[in-house]
Amino acid sequence: MSLAGEANRGARGAVCGIYPITPQTEIVEFVARFPFTKGRVIPVESEHSAMAVCIGAALNGARTFTASSSNGLAYMAENVMVAAFYRLPIVMAAVNRTLGPPWNIWADQGDSLMFRDFAWIQLYCDTNQDVADSAMLAFRIAEDPRVLLPVMVCMDAFIVSHTSMEIELATQDQADRFLPLCDVPHHLDLEHPVTIGGMSFPQETLTHRLELDEAMRRVPAVMEEHRVTFREVFGREVAGDLEAYRTEDADRIFIASGSISITLKDVVDEWREKGEKVGMIRIKLFRPFPGERLRDLCGNVEKIGVLDRNYSAGTGGIFWQEIRAVLQGQGDRLVQGYLTGVGGGDVVPETVREVVRDLSQRSKAAAPIWKGIDQ
Amino acid sequence: MSAANPPSTRTSTHTDCLLRPGNTNCGGCGMSTGLTMLGRALADEDYSLVIPACCGIVTAGAFPTTSYTVPVVASTFASSPAVASGVAAVNELNAKPDEKPKHVICWAGDGGTYDIGIATLSAAAERNENLIYICYDNEIYGNTGGQRSSATPAAAKTTTTPGGKGERKKEIIEIMAAHRIPYAATLSIAHPEDFQDKIHKALNIRGFRFFLVHAPCPTGWKTEPAESIELVSLAVRSGVFPLYEVFDGIDYHINADPDDTDPGEYFGMQKRFSGQDFDLLSVTRNIHERLDRLRRLSGISVDRISEL
Repeated sequence: MSLAGEANRGARGAVCGIYPITPQTEIVEFVARFPFTKGRVIPVESEHSAMAVCIGAALNGARTFTASSSNGLAYMAENVMVAAFYRLPIVMAAVNRTLGPPWNIWADQGDSLMFRDFAWIQLYCDTNQDVADSAMLAFRIAEDPRVLLPVMVCMDAFIVSHTSMEIELATQDQADRFLPLCDVPHHLDLEHPVTIGGMSFPQETLTHRLELDEAMRRVPAVMEEHRVTFREVFGREVAGDLEAYRTEDADRIFIASGSISITLKDVVDEWREKGEKVGMIRIKLFRPFPGERLRDLCGNVEKIGVLDRNYSAGTGGIFWQEIRAVLQGQGDRLVQGYLTGVGGGDVVPETVREVVRDLSQRSKAAAPIWKGIDQ
Repeated sequence: MSAANPPSTRTSTHTDCLLRPGNTNCGGCGMSTGLTMLGRALADEDYSLVIPACCGIVTAGAFPTTSYTVPVVASTFASSPAVASGVAAVNELNAKPDEKPKHVICWAGDGGTYDIGIATLSAAAERNENLIYICYDNEIYGNTGGQRSSATPAAAKTTTTPGGKGERKKEIIEIMAAHRIPYAATLSIAHPEDFQDKIHKALNIRGFRFFLVHAPCPTGWKTEPAESIELVSLAVRSGVFPLYEVFDGIDYHINADPDDTDPGEYFGMQKRFSGQDFDLLSVTRNIHERLDRLRRLSGISVDRISEL
């Protein structure tokens, strides 16, 4: 994120409002140490203000970013909404941590998913490399004039945020080539004074919401375009909206997001070696939800298992609900939800094997199945 | 996307004030007069406003029109100093080497200042952000119909203190002075020259500058709209709302020393202080105590400790 901020030194600069919360703190500490040529990092008194600083700076034409997690995101919520409704290309690293109380610092996606209806683009990353590359891609998508929406780059607490792997880091030269200078077209202009965010009657508000919807719908195509540029500049692939793995001839498909998909991939390989036709899809882009492409990838597969590290009380996993909605009317198939690692529990290969075994034997869908509960 | 270099839509602030005619504010609104005075004081300046949820943003009117002649950002209720910090940071990053950065001014009510926004305000003051913060203090949540705030004075009746407020008004200037910000001052719309002088003074100071404007709200105070200026004038003269300034949080100056005007005149014009249980003696004693303290802080020897 810092390299992206530095890449805007030729324009209005970079501004970052920062506030610590475990396990996100190291991100903002790094940003605070970065020697920006034309940038300012403002250490504020709350997440609510961290986003407010980004809103003010973005409206004044700067490239802006911040990071948060869990209850910090909840506290920030009001301004998170403003960022999208003001069409500001703010990028935020969201480290998925269980919402408290009770206080729990481990991975759970319930925090960022509470913003699913806030008109933010959401990318769920699986590895450190995916986080670094997606952050870079996020600025390019957010600032694209066809989009102009904020982006949340989500990663699992500790499993991704506090583990190390060897990755290819971007260089400043690559960041400069990949990111055009940031242009917020509606930034404050003394020669063209307007009031941003005053009152609006229902008809005008309806138009505003429709425009948000249209911008959201343009995201998948814009993202594909910029993935091509990413490959040209960085010489490697960055994952797109959905990542399909061994789905071509599969008769059972498992769907997951975040770090669980890494474990799932290994288990799929195990079962393939046994001759079982299983495949998986990783959901990276959750907002907008790439429903059409998901339908295509699922084809006529009759059994689908969804692994959610999140839940909506009394209903089930949030990804499972979305998937059921997009597959609605697509034949009589079984879409079973599994609640895996809710509250931060480790999702080990055996947990995933249990899920695969359950779906394989299952002939009828049941209520979402909680995994990791001692019987 | 806007076309390249569209013609300026800026109006001259010399001929057209900050607040255009035709806005829907109430008659006798102290905030409206304050905005007009602010516009006149800043006629030669480039600036943007950040306004949180309050009557100040309703003043703009409905999209796509606006009553304001300068760029305005509406912030969430508690966020104006943080949003303004972001705006100011970019102004500083983009100021030409021989130029001062463009000004950013927060215009917020007492609810946004004394109550919901005080953490954000305190933090921006502690960071000594280069911005001007003006609180128009109508001593209630005016926009929502007149509920108590921590700026509501003791004994005032509001919709949530129907029997009169039992607690005192928060001393916001002292709170801000305790941050040792370079400049804090009170303003009165009954003293336009003092108003203008202090704004001009603030323009030449770098860092966090705080103003408190006494802003009558006839709807909430149950007063005659035509008497708003008379009311605030009485408030200054009787010591209810003294005009003073504080440099660097320690150096106090009284700008208009109160005379012997009876605070009872001020209270008597407002129905919010009516009723048999309104204790003028106790309220007046508090006013004199505050005034004596202010005089001591200003280095004036106090020889008229209240004899009430």
